[in-house]
Amino acid sequence: MIGAITAGLFSTGVAASATSFESIATVTLGTSQATVDFTSIPSTYKHLQIRFMARNTGSNTNGYQALQYNGDTTNGNYYFYHFLDGDGASATAGNGGTNALSLAGRSAGANATANNYGVGVIDILDYANTNKYKVHRSLTGTDNNGSGLVELSSGEWYSTAAITSIKFLAGAGGYNFASGTTFALYGIKG
Amino acid sequence: MAAGSTYTPIATTTGTGSSGVITFSSIPSTYTDLVLVSNFETSTSANAYYRINGDTGTNYSDTELYGDGSSVGSSRRSNQALSYTTYLSGSGQRAVMTTNFMNYANTSTYKTFLTRYSNASFELGAEVALWRSTSAITSITLNLNNSANFTSTSFFTLYGIQAA
Repeated sequence: MIGAITAGLFSTGVAASATSFESIATVTLGTSQATVDFTSIPSTYKHLQIRFMARNTGSNTNGYQALQYNGDTTNGNYYFYHFLDGDGASATAGNGGTNALSLAGRSAGANATANNYGVGVIDILDYANTNKYKVHRSLTGTDNNGSGLVELSSGEWYSTAAITSIKFLAGAGGYNFASGTTFALYGIKG
Repeated sequence: MAAGSTYTPIATTTGTGSSGVITFSSIPSTYTDLVLVSNFETSTSANAYYRINGDTGTNYSDTELYGDGSSVGSSRRSNQALSYTTYLSGSGQRAVMTTNFMNYANTSTYKTFLTRYSNASFELGAEVALWRSTSAITSITLNLNNSANFTSTSFFTLYGIQAA
């Protein structure tokens, strides 16, 4: 017979405590819109993490989303993506060359199951350093009980400037983020 | 911009060697996301599965990406009564696994969770899983099949992350 172990709240003496992981800002959309923006990001952390739950208005089940930093829209200033995808049948890898923006994972589209949002975690390492280009990585996915995609991806901004703002775009601006979409920005002290 | 410390440990538990079930119950709704960090071995070969809120209906599905040392692949499971995570042989294989339960307490969307697992002597991978329920998540159970048990060197910690 298999017994059960139950961990009740704080039953093992693990107390809540302050950590080096801090919430900076959160954007939750009450109406559909093309972009989500974080501005005036302080330089007081070592790394940033964005955690999101997103749906887009495009005719897709797993539409891509992109990001730009500090208002930089210059073509060639970003490496678009390297990705490794699993779609339930096969694994696929790809790269996108230089671009005016960079892939930031996937969100569920208008063809996805109702009440379903894509989710993801994006890490931006050493974002305030002024001596190196900025690389981000993401783990994102959407499952629709019969279709779906899980993706590991990465992109780069060819700038040594500290990141002070981040703009997320649904697709390349071809459609919107749907109402209910939430992006939360966190800072990690180093 | 508001800022506040978060990533708070909610509860920790360890394996006993005589149980194949780990449960975190009475999870408060006061956080935005949950992160479950697991480091475990099994007494014999087994698959590990999540069950949410004790739901035994066929309301789970997932899409997986994996590499096993010789090939990469992707698989899918639909209309399942449990949510598959990974496999362990039971012969000393150890898995480390982190699962993000996003916006777990909202009552208007289905719940999607993302897992990264590494079982260095077998495979590593990533999964996106869906629980087709709009209920807030109040309990998470990790179950082994094949009458396997979690070894006493297994441990599990649940964290809460609260957005500003």
